[in-house]
Amino acid sequence: MTPERHSYLDAPYGLKAWLLTKDHKRIAMLYLISITIFFALGGFFAAGIRLELLTPKGDLLTPDLYNKFFSMHGVIMVFFFLVPSIPATLGNFLMPIMVGAKDLAFPRINLISWYLYVIGGLIALTVLAMGGIDTGWTFYTPYSTIGSSTNVSLAIIGVFVAGFSSILTGFNFIVTVHRMRAPGMTWFRLPLFVWANYATSLVMILGTPVVAITLCMVAAERTLHLGIFDPKLGGDPVLFQHLFWFYSHPAVYIMILPGMGVMSELVAAMSRKQIFGYSFVAASSLAIAILGFLVWGHHLFVSSQSIYAGMVFSIITMLVAVPSAVKTFNWAATMYKGSVSWESPTYWVVGFMGLFLVGGLTGLFLASMGLDIHLHDTYFVVAHFHYIMVGGAIMAYMGGLHFWWPKMTGKLYNESLAKVSAILVFVGFNLTFGPQFIVGYLGMPRRYHTYPDEFQVWNVASTLGASILGMGYMLAFTYLVYSIFKGEAAPANPWGAKGLEWTTTSPPPTFNFDVDPVVDEPAYNYNPTGKGVHVG
Amino acid sequence: MSAGGPHPPTVLGSSAHGGLAVAGHGEGGHHPRQQHHFYTMGQQLEASILGMWVFLVTEVMFFGGMFMAYIVYRTWYPTAWAASSNQLNVIMGAINTGVLICSSLTMVLAVRSAQVGSRAGQIVNLILTMMFGSTFLVVKYFEYAEKFHHGLVPGPNFNPHHVLPDGTIEHIALPLGSQLYFSLYFMMTGIHALHMIIGIGIMLVMLRWAIKGRFTPDYYNPLEVSGLYWHFVDIVWIFLFPLLYLLGYNYRG
Repeated sequence: MTPERHSYLDAPYGLKAWLLTKDHKRIAMLYLISITIFFALGGFFAAGIRLELLTPKGDLLTPDLYNKFFSMHGVIMVFFFLVPSIPATLGNFLMPIMVGAKDLAFPRINLISWYLYVIGGLIALTVLAMGGIDTGWTFYTPYSTIGSSTNVSLAIIGVFVAGFSSILTGFNFIVTVHRMRAPGMTWFRLPLFVWANYATSLVMILGTPVVAITLCMVAAERTLHLGIFDPKLGGDPVLFQHLFWFYSHPAVYIMILPGMGVMSELVAAMSRKQIFGYSFVAASSLAIAILGFLVWGHHLFVSSQSIYAGMVFSIITMLVAVPSAVKTFNWAATMYKGSVSWESPTYWVVGFMGLFLVGGLTGLFLASMGLDIHLHDTYFVVAHFHYIMVGGAIMAYMGGLHFWWPKMTGKLYNESLAKVSAILVFVGFNLTFGPQFIVGYLGMPRRYHTYPDEFQVWNVASTLGASILGMGYMLAFTYLVYSIFKGEAAPANPWGAKGLEWTTTSPPPTFNFDVDPVVDEPAYNYNPTGKGVHVG
Repeated sequence: MSAGGPHPPTVLGSSAHGGLAVAGHGEGGHHPRQQHHFYTMGQQLEASILGMWVFLVTEVMFFGGMFMAYIVYRTWYPTAWAASSNQLNVIMGAINTGVLICSSLTMVLAVRSAQVGSRAGQIVNLILTMMFGSTFLVVKYFEYAEKFHHGLVPGPNFNPHHVLPDGTIEHIALPLGSQLYFSLYFMMTGIHALHMIIGIGIMLVMLRWAIKGRFTPDYYNPLEVSGLYWHFVDIVWIFLFPLLYLLGYNYRG
């Protein structure tokens, strides 16, 4: 007979109790469900792209339809999956628990953020039903303002609403970290996941409003003829690019920073060791957030931007790689002489480290202006950002989902299947995007549904890889959902990890802790030796 | 391998009901307006205020995008900027500026009334704030109407002209870039007006709560954060007014 548990999942009961909840853990689960739906939808569009690209000729989709496929893939994956993914699911669930609070600072605003996400998503689905958009997720003018006859304005509204959801999440996290920490939880005792999400939240609140107003300007030009980017009136389409990328570059840091936070947690737990260089890892999150705002021009090297501006952006872009490298070295140093166990989260960790490394290094290729002139708008760029966003961010998301799954659901998933899934994803991923570096370097442009015959073998390999990748994700989905119904009950701390979340039950009660926590030790306090661990 | 983490924690006074058993609101002493995830009213107040400031930062960035476009195009088309600014009604803009400054004053007085426990003061000042805000919007309406009459709305109907007393139409020659100016003018003042409308809506809610006696000297958080929002909307106008209205004064084109 399982002991009675007062889990947040059980009480209060009923659909209304879930849809009107103020509990950050329930909101996290609501997000988890909606985000998974959009991930599947984005994946469907990816499948369409990869199927079309099996052959050099455009024989599956018409050119216009292909444009819509990659545009919808981008919009859905960026705005409705990657940006919310870790912060809205793992972040919402864990941030209050990790700081030792009963909830986020503003629980009702948290719920509103989910509803805004859903409304934005429904608008996106409406756009889809009305034929989708074909401007690319980047909405470049003048095509988006004057050229395209698709439902750009409605799509913009959907993105705007989802962006507002993101802003509310970020602002909630910031206030929570500043004001809701438990007694004894000083800044330098915070888990690095909290630092990472804090830095992400800074980017969210500073960057998202800029893309919001920029897209409003595009919508205004389409609907009200306020031609801010219209060359006939003296306007400049490149101004759109500057304003757009001022957010969208930091946006990619929104997508990766939380993943790096997850990595810090998993590396420490799987190595049973204090994170090497805690304060440097914490500071690097902030450094990435700040520097990330100064590099947007590297998307505009071939746009008629001044060469001198380009040089500045190029140098700062190379600099922004430094804090990321700091993290990667520190994780490796943590694992060195640690007691590393090969449990399923470790597989995701190791996969992340390799793939993020490749993605990051290829970013340096693109950061150098001269090389970028050759590589801009080729598959090299596509491969680069997928290595970071899928090989990095999604692997971190999966790793975190697995690591905290017992805590969130109170159930254990099948370890062997999880390892298989991680391997399938790793192999499938590399087969999908590795060839794209090659074919991009050889000159295959992105966003084209046809290509020269000699590139076919690489494209076929890429599509094969995509199928394996898809199988890996579907396997994970299957055993994770299965575990909810048939999984073994999880103990409070199945990994033997340090952290406030592991001191409470799996799943936690509604107010997180049965007794209010007081913190008196540094984070990751494995093997406390009594000798000065200088942090905390 | 221990689960680690904090010591068996001491139970802190005001959250003795940290688990499921919630203490009554009178006993164990927490304020009826204290939300359950906060330890103290002070924490709740600080969180609310920090929250509103963070939100205002996002609003700065939101308007900032438009100010960025303004800066770029003003640098490129200074003559168009001056000539177009000349078309705006400085008197109406100045009235609006005064009106908003007064509304900020009454807003502060409303918060002050709550601090000293004067319900009448809150009600009167909130109503005055809303009246000033509405005056702003009415003046804005007349301004926009004037723009429409003079053909200054950008787009296919952009046709700057005066109608002279004897009925003839005198075209105003505005340089290239003027439509950009007016696009930004309408967007910036329009979105600002939208924020004012939202602000007046918020004031209505505050008024309702003030009438019900919800605000006392030890709890008036919503009033304080609404005040911050209102002052922000005011300050955006303080930037908009000189940047949009006061450029063409010395322009003789």
